[in-house]
Amino acid sequence: MSKTNDIEELTRIANELRIDIIEMLHKSGSGHPGGSLSAIDILTALYFSRMSHSPGSTNDSDHDIFILSKGHAAPAVYAALAKSGYFDKSHLGTLRQIDSILSGHPYSQSTPGIEVTTGSLGQGLSMANGIAIARKLDRRSSRVFCMMGDGEIQEGQIWEAAMTSAHYKLDNVVGILDNNGLQIDGFCHDIMSLEPIGDKWRAFGWEVIEINGHDMSQILDSLDEALTIKYKPTLIWAHTVKGKGVSFMENVAKYHGTTPTDEELQRALLELTASGN
Amino acid sequence: MSKKENLSLRDAYGETLVELGGENPHVVVLDADLSGSTRTSKFAKKFPDRFFNIGIAEADMMSTAAGLAVAGKIPFASTFAVFASGRAWDQVRQSICFSKLNVKIVASHGGITVGEDGPTHHAMEDLALMRVMPNLTVIVPVDAVETASAIRVMAQTNGPMYLRTAREKFPVLYDKGEKFNIGKGKELKNGSDVAIIACGLMVSVALEAAEQLEQDGISTAVINMSTIKPIDSELILRVAATTGSIVTAEEHSIVGGLGSAVAEVVCENEPVAAVVRVGMKAQLAQSGKPKELLELYGMNKSSIVGAAHRAIALKREPAHKSGSSS
Ligand SMILES: Cc1ncc(C[n+]2csc(CCOP(=O)(O)OP(=O)(O)O)c2C)c(N)n1
Ligand SMILES: [Mg+2]
Repeated sequence: MSKTNDIEELTRIANELRIDIIEMLHKSGSGHPGGSLSAIDILTALYFSRMSHSPGSTNDSDHDIFILSKGHAAPAVYAALAKSGYFDKSHLGTLRQIDSILSGHPYSQSTPGIEVTTGSLGQGLSMANGIAIARKLDRRSSRVFCMMGDGEIQEGQIWEAAMTSAHYKLDNVVGILDNNGLQIDGFCHDIMSLEPIGDKWRAFGWEVIEINGHDMSQILDSLDEALTIKYKPTLIWAHTVKGKGVSFMENVAKYHGTTPTDEELQRALLELTASGN
Repeated sequence: MSKKENLSLRDAYGETLVELGGENPHVVVLDADLSGSTRTSKFAKKFPDRFFNIGIAEADMMSTAAGLAVAGKIPFASTFAVFASGRAWDQVRQSICFSKLNVKIVASHGGITVGEDGPTHHAMEDLALMRVMPNLTVIVPVDAVETASAIRVMAQTNGPMYLRTAREKFPVLYDKGEKFNIGKGKELKNGSDVAIIACGLMVSVALEAAEQLEQDGISTAVINMSTIKPIDSELILRVAATTGSIVTAEEHSIVGGLGSAVAEVVCENEPVAAVVRVGMKAQLAQSGKPKELLELYGMNKSSIVGAAHRAIALKREPAHKSGSSS
């Protein structure tokens, strides 16, 4: 799949991947739609426009790396990897089944294009730092993108890693915060307040770019802007909607980990095909 | 005895917590954004002032629970078993266990029956990780009835404790009112040729295996060893004496859990007995349906039957046995 800068084309791809996500989760009967749908516009911009990557040369240190620290949104990455040609699309229908290459959470040992194993939250940014430090040692200019959930940043390790990125001036690290406002037990602000989010990251030495995580041109611009920030890491603080694109899933905590029924699948597909036109 | 009705251990935990909350104002509950799954949400609803959702921060939760215990509260702290044992291991060790604090860790989603979430979420090492902790009691209840009783006993008994529940419902083996005693295994069925010592879900599988073994003329004892630490060595040595062949069965790695605990007791004592462990032998599993995974990774009836035959084959002849005891 070749790269594009065309906003309409990227929007169309994101919609197509939303359909993949919903179909794959309907088939598997377990998994996480909400956080996959909130992340997919950003993933689309990365995989089909701004990230330098290619199937078959995943160990190439000139290529960028994406780490899904919020591993439960694996279906979103799987959809992007299939469309990018890392494996055949037919695998999407085997998600979470015995002998599938697609584990419930990203598992580097079984899926082409998955570089690190995640699922236990809070570990991705530290791994991103490790890769970024190695790239600097090797004098490579490639970048590491690490997507975190807003609930996930309650983990202390995220803040340990945030200090490390800044301390080592890792301008090749781009953190992406999928700020959809929800975690499992409810709204983040009810469970454990995160605000002021931007000030916290800035205080930790990061450049913060605040965007609407469903606005394709804002996403592209933020990824470009991050390239220009030198001697410090950048956080793309993306305001998103959990379940985005499927009306009855939007902003509903239950769809964090509830897959669509047969009837819900039909409703979702109707909506998504309508918005794809 | 087996009534075959399946009930949820985590529901039993949640309901018992609510009862305890009404009886004892010092009972407080903590969770790390999994209260719906662990069932502490029931307590949260009834006693919002005594419920603390710490967010996705298991390490913080464990040390906070330690602080609450220092100040005289009886904290129950819950999350998935993989995070309670792995993510916050050092906090459990230093903050809770070193000071023998009265913290009750009740971890849901134990074992491989977590299923489709995959290996990152399977808890196949938690018993090993928790068993090496100083001062920590480790409990794996067999069914909802025993869970409810164990939770009560935990609240009444001072000291740090870890109890593992599950995502899946387990067959109910005990009648209501059956009392759990810390450190005491229970012989559910006696037999003289081989003894199966099991915990959790594997106890009902062991009972099925025993049925088949009996049909093949092998007299089989089945023990529910619901306390992994302190382990009931007296009972283990008694069945070692009567059978000379022991099979252990657990929904856990064969390294470091029940099987290891039993083997340690048998190795260092008389009488000599063969011990064959049933549990997960693979390094890591994969995503799949709970039942499929139990079959694929050898935590099933046929593995137990096979292990029983092997243990019997390994059994030393009485003459050999007395010769080796010098
Ligand atoms: C260490 C750890 N603790 C708990 C969990 C269980 N868990 C999975 S997803 C999740 C909520 C994540 O919320 P958020 O990061 O906001 O993700 P999103 O809203 O994007 O789905 C929790 C608590 C986990 N996977 N890892
Ligand atoms: Mg969120």
